[in-house]
Amino acid sequence: MARRPFFRGRKSCPFTGPNAPKIDFRDTKTLSRYISERGKIVPSRITSVCNKKQRELSKAIKRARFLGFLPYVIK
Amino acid sequence: MALYESVIIARQDLSTQQVEALTEQMSAVITDNGGTVAKTEQWGLRSIAYRIRKNRKGHYFQLTVDCPSAAVAEMERQLGLHEDVLRSLTVRIDEIDMEPSAILQSKGSRDDRPRRSDRDDRPAREETAPVAAPAPAPATTTASEGEA
Repeated sequence: MARRPFFRGRKSCPFTGPNAPKIDFRDTKTLSRYISERGKIVPSRITSVCNKKQRELSKAIKRARFLGFLPYVIK
Repeated sequence: MALYESVIIARQDLSTQQVEALTEQMSAVITDNGGTVAKTEQWGLRSIAYRIRKNRKGHYFQLTVDCPSAAVAEMERQLGLHEDVLRSLTVRIDEIDMEPSAILQSKGSRDDRPRRSDRDDRPAREETAPVAAPAPAPATTTASEGEA
């Protein structure tokens, strides 16, 4: 279990709860935490983002990519 | 009427005045079609993560508007035709947030990163930056003229 790269025990969704950050496509700092080194969106089973928020997050990342805030690919 | 937020990227070799003129022009399109512009933000010249029409940088600005859908359609049509506009994204929003958006709040620290050499003598300024220091932070278009 400890082998898995992002595994830190059971964690709840970082975007759920009273003072959770809002997902915003302009907020590159937050979004960049959820893309891999290659620029891919990290699956929610690794980041423990809940299903609903993962959908929001992926939309935000795609918008950010379209506007050039995030890259599509990092070579 | 519905609320929309529109982020627009203009070509990098435009001057600040030209970008402001473009902002005015798009605001005029909205008001002519029966809408109101709640807020405009100039984000200045930012680097784009990849090349768009051979541009590595672009002038970013944002309009927050309350208008009928026809006005947005007209604005998007004109943006598409405009040669200086690289890209634009209009998103429907639920409510207007009058705070400066996330980009401006983190802008101070991000801008300072390339010129790190002179960073040592002003860590204090970075702290205050999101609140007051970056001139374009307030909502009005005229704000960034201080820097120009």
